[in-house]
Amino acid sequence: MNMRAPDPGPVRTTCPYCGVGCGVLATPDHLGGATIAGDREHPSNFGRLCSKGSALGETLALDGRLLHPEIDGRRVSWDDALDETASGFRRVLDAHGPGAIAIYLSGQLLTEDYYAANKLFKGFLGSANVDTNSRLCMSSSVAGHKRAFGSDTVPGTYRDLETADLLVFVGSNAAWCHPVLHQRMLAARAARGTRFVVIDPRGTATSEEADLHLPIASGTDAILFSGLLVALAERGAVFASYVADHTEGFDAALIRARELAPSVDAVAAACGVEAAKVAAFYDLFAATERAVTLYSQGVNQSAQGTDKVGAILNVHLATGRIGREGMGPFSLTGQPNAMGGREVGGLANTLAAHMEFDAESIEKVRRFWGAPRMARAPGLKAVEMFEAIGRGEIKALWVMGTNPAASLPRADAVSTALRKLDLFVVSENVASNDTVNAGARIRLPAAAWGEKDGTVTNSERRISRQRPFLALPGQARPDWWAVAQVGRRLGFEDAFGWRTPGEVFREHAALSAFENDGTRDFDIGALAGLDTRDYDQLRPTQWPARQSAVRDETRFFAKGGYFTPNRRARFVAVAPITPGAGTDDAYPYRLNTGRVRDQWHTMTRTGKSPRLGSHLPEPFLEIHPDDAAREGVADGGFARVTSPHGAVVLRAKVDPGARRGAPFAPIHWTGETSSSGRVGALVHAVTDPFSGQPDAKATPVAVAPVSFPLQGFALARSGLGGLDAAAWWAKAAAPGGHGLLFALAAEPEVAALFPHMAPDDELVEYVDAARRVRRIAMFRNGALEACLFVGPARPESSWTYLRDKLGARLTDGQVRGLLLAGRASDGAATGPLVCACHGVPKGEIERAIASGCGDAAAVGAATRAGTNCGSCLPEIRRMLAAQRVVVEA
Amino acid sequence: MKRERLVVVGNGMAGLKLLEELQAACPGRYAVTVIGAEPEPAYNRVLLSSLLAGEASDEDIRFRDRAWYGANGFRLLTGVPARAIDRDRRRVELRDGRVAPYDKLVLATGSEAIRLPLPGADLPQVLVFRDHGDAMKLKALARPGARAVVIGGGLLGLEAAYGLALLGCETTVVHLMDRLMERQLDAQGAATLRRALEAKGVRFRLGAQSRRVTGDTAVEGLELADGEVLPCDMLVMACGVRPNVALGRAAGLAVQRGLVVDDGLATSADGVFALGECAEHRGVVYGLVAPAYEQARALAARLAGDPAAAYAGSLLSTNLKVSGVSVFSAGAIEAEPGDDALLLSDPGHGCYRKLIVRDDRLTGAILVGEASDALWYLDLIARAAPLGPLRDDLAFGRSFGAAA
Repeated sequence: MNMRAPDPGPVRTTCPYCGVGCGVLATPDHLGGATIAGDREHPSNFGRLCSKGSALGETLALDGRLLHPEIDGRRVSWDDALDETASGFRRVLDAHGPGAIAIYLSGQLLTEDYYAANKLFKGFLGSANVDTNSRLCMSSSVAGHKRAFGSDTVPGTYRDLETADLLVFVGSNAAWCHPVLHQRMLAARAARGTRFVVIDPRGTATSEEADLHLPIASGTDAILFSGLLVALAERGAVFASYVADHTEGFDAALIRARELAPSVDAVAAACGVEAAKVAAFYDLFAATERAVTLYSQGVNQSAQGTDKVGAILNVHLATGRIGREGMGPFSLTGQPNAMGGREVGGLANTLAAHMEFDAESIEKVRRFWGAPRMARAPGLKAVEMFEAIGRGEIKALWVMGTNPAASLPRADAVSTALRKLDLFVVSENVASNDTVNAGARIRLPAAAWGEKDGTVTNSERRISRQRPFLALPGQARPDWWAVAQVGRRLGFEDAFGWRTPGEVFREHAALSAFENDGTRDFDIGALAGLDTRDYDQLRPTQWPARQSAVRDETRFFAKGGYFTPNRRARFVAVAPITPGAGTDDAYPYRLNTGRVRDQWHTMTRTGKSPRLGSHLPEPFLEIHPDDAAREGVADGGFARVTSPHGAVVLRAKVDPGARRGAPFAPIHWTGETSSSGRVGALVHAVTDPFSGQPDAKATPVAVAPVSFPLQGFALARSGLGGLDAAAWWAKAAAPGGHGLLFALAAEPEVAALFPHMAPDDELVEYVDAARRVRRIAMFRNGALEACLFVGPARPESSWTYLRDKLGARLTDGQVRGLLLAGRASDGAATGPLVCACHGVPKGEIERAIASGCGDAAAVGAATRAGTNCGSCLPEIRRMLAAQRVVVEA
Repeated sequence: MKRERLVVVGNGMAGLKLLEELQAACPGRYAVTVIGAEPEPAYNRVLLSSLLAGEASDEDIRFRDRAWYGANGFRLLTGVPARAIDRDRRRVELRDGRVAPYDKLVLATGSEAIRLPLPGADLPQVLVFRDHGDAMKLKALARPGARAVVIGGGLLGLEAAYGLALLGCETTVVHLMDRLMERQLDAQGAATLRRALEAKGVRFRLGAQSRRVTGDTAVEGLELADGEVLPCDMLVMACGVRPNVALGRAAGLAVQRGLVVDDGLATSADGVFALGECAEHRGVVYGLVAPAYEQARALAARLAGDPAAAYAGSLLSTNLKVSGVSVFSAGAIEAEPGDDALLLSDPGHGCYRKLIVRDDRLTGAILVGEASDALWYLDLIARAAPLGPLRDDLAFGRSFGAAA
């Protein structure tokens, strides 16, 4: 008898994409896959999932994974790889000091991973060169929060988004980037009539839902909100006692605001929107107490990101609309654990656990860690860090779970800089990406989502477990483990002796409470005593979670209590706008960048999903019709976008929703997924002076049309080969296989494109040589194995049609060559042909008989079948006879 | 007033269609006498290969029974060839001595199979494949395991070969040209057809000239020009047909390849008409059923009293199942300089399409293996209208092109 362990049922875990932090139920199929559903009990999503989350089951395949440690391209043991890593850092540290080493982390890491890395570098190697891709994402929010609140605190909760009467989205396309939260807000609106205001240079899916859309010129948010502060003061909407009791600096902030934004008309002029819209927004905000201002990259990713945050926080402080039901500023984070990284302090300008580089904190942490070599000053933030690598000052780098060679500003320069490193270690899921391929000598196979075991924190300070439901493949290991192993090899056995992620978490929780006594917002001391079982079963928990405190209030600052020295919030006098860089004749446009609905970051996971690949399969440039006309760029054609730092070629999407002068391109495509869609290569390295966050949405660029004689696509169940170096291409997942969309000068070589073609494969081919059209369908054992479409026109609808056909078998009577039409037939003709002369198929004759034609003559009169040469009459008579038998029976 | 007498010589598919059209256009107007050389009333000659192969019965190939002729006032004489036309006395003399006087005469005498004058061609197992009788003779010889050689890789030869193969004969087709059906197909289309037939068991010798038939009292083989002898028990000559014009020529009608007719299907002799495979219209002798039917329609209208009824010629097209494989060919076969060719090929499934476009108009179409849209293409060729956007969907047929 076969004894089987009882099915443990679905595993509760957390989505690995945006910062909403949805609960996911994963039911493994024990074949390496899993069925995915939303967790109805998770307070982020209550069972909902967005398109990306729903498709997680399609992203679990191991193809492309890094499964073994490698040094210089050779597979080595973990011991060898860790020894080499440890000795490499030791060598550089000894020779050049802590300024020459760095680690670059990721908002996709677990809190435990972050904690281990932060501890090793800041406490044991003496280097604060610990930064993260969250620098690109929400560091302006961090800086803004710290400046105003004295701490990096998100005051509100998701519930406020549902109980507000006014939601102001600033630089946030939540409909695409935080879809589940957006759905919750829409549902609440249906119930209570919440007003939506969207402030975004672009028309987006979010602005389509808005009651009011202010398409302001990019970078002018601070003026708009300064104007709002002025308007609130003028309308008497300032909450005077709150301002008096809990804040400081209001007058100076208001004076500055009046300088920047003296009137609605001045704001309208500066922001490039109609005054009536500005006034309507101000009226609405002034009149609506329950107002939440949600903001994302449009605010953060800016040369004045921190001031934009400040301007937003100012209006909430002035109205006292903070930390109360349905009110507050709300930063929406874009990564699953950007918040966890902030809690750990995995940023170059934070020490640890919401403590800064002040002497007292350094000493506190030193004692807690028993650390021999504390970092004593902030390290280099991401952009500076890679510039220092480029200058040769940083010689040893460990990149963990992120792809800076694609995502950082001046990505080409970053890629070049990485090659100069003496020691370049990556911890990765994938065997190949732009960063791995930029000379990473030591490659450590990291656990991926579904294998990882630890915690993440979402945008509302809620800690949830990411639980494993798949076995670790190959020799993949958790990142915290790899860091700990290096720490031990460097001689710190005790400090890095953790055996489980739960032990790491307990230490992290204990540090948050260590000599805290209410001086720091981040305190999860209540979780410091979890045993292994408690940790495994930890339910989503919102902080603060102080030891022995009654946890009833989950918001901050309704009654003041800020974490500044005098416990008062600080109004910020917003600096006048100085754009990161001006446009000029050579670079007359400002390139906006961002996400699309169905992809996430550099597509290493979402790119595997055929469902997600169907939405927008190519890197594109969204451009206003006037701009497109001026540059001669046609909708559906190609545009070369050039900045002083690089160039890309993108599919042009001429869209009236785009802002004039500010075309938009998505950030997702890399050298892995496209020939020339690395938008990071264009972005200038201008950063916010406080946060160091790149000004990624305003790079001056030039736009020019590009044309290719031929375009097309290839699909294959097995892998696809490459095209020649001059070709433009983008990879896209397809159901049951792989897809490649391309544009080029000369017809691709079939053998090179389909390296897995077998001698017995049957080729069906369509050629219109005069028009340079060639289409091939390749069948193996009767099923569509691969296909190729090449021609002068964009094969958009053929792609959509064929990408679902891999593996398809054709039913009786279908002519498989017709697949090469690239679309479904419009005709009703069915079945094999009976009357060849008049082209009458079997189905049509059957219909005629069924409708009462009793003999061949009647069938002929109805369908013309058999009325020419008559050679089909015997078959028609047989069909009639068969029909009679059926009827008589 | 006495009814005019109409005599129709020939009771093949063209002759019968004329009767049907007359019956529809002017029932009872003429006293009609029909003279058929074959013993049976008109049958579907197109299905003879199916009959040979056992895929169709005598019943299946029958069109009209004798009662139909009688009921519609058509006097049907069968098994009696016409011997001569006496134009002066306006009568047709039959071989059995009877005469059929006419006021109007229609010749629908069809065509006959060409027999190659090879040494040994007079042996009894050397056959042609043209009529019902030929089919019966072939069937009698075609025992399973018998070796058959068919000379001629045109439509008729392939039909005969396929039928013999189905009956269990080891069948080889010998063809002078290097490809099958060279007047209808290009090289790739012919190759596609050849592969399809090979899959059905027929073997081929292309580019092979026949020199003589070997055997003293019975066929033993076919010797080719290169000296090779293909052993065989029976030999079918299917090298083409020639119009049956002897009767008309003897009567002094203008004859080139066929009996010369004008657009009213009238021959050079007053009151004498011709149609079908024996007729030559505007220099073209048609060997297919569709033009014959079009001619019958025009001639019936003319005979019914419409002086304007005319036949303007047919677009030359072939649209047949060749040995179970659909084959269609119309218009140009090869692209000339300046023409565009659209190709859709699926050798694995034995499907091939070639469309020739000149000045944005469809001028030729070849379909092998799948020909359901043949008439649609034929219509496009005939209309010669600019294709415009249809061009890009053209190869995929009516159901795609209709929406273009």
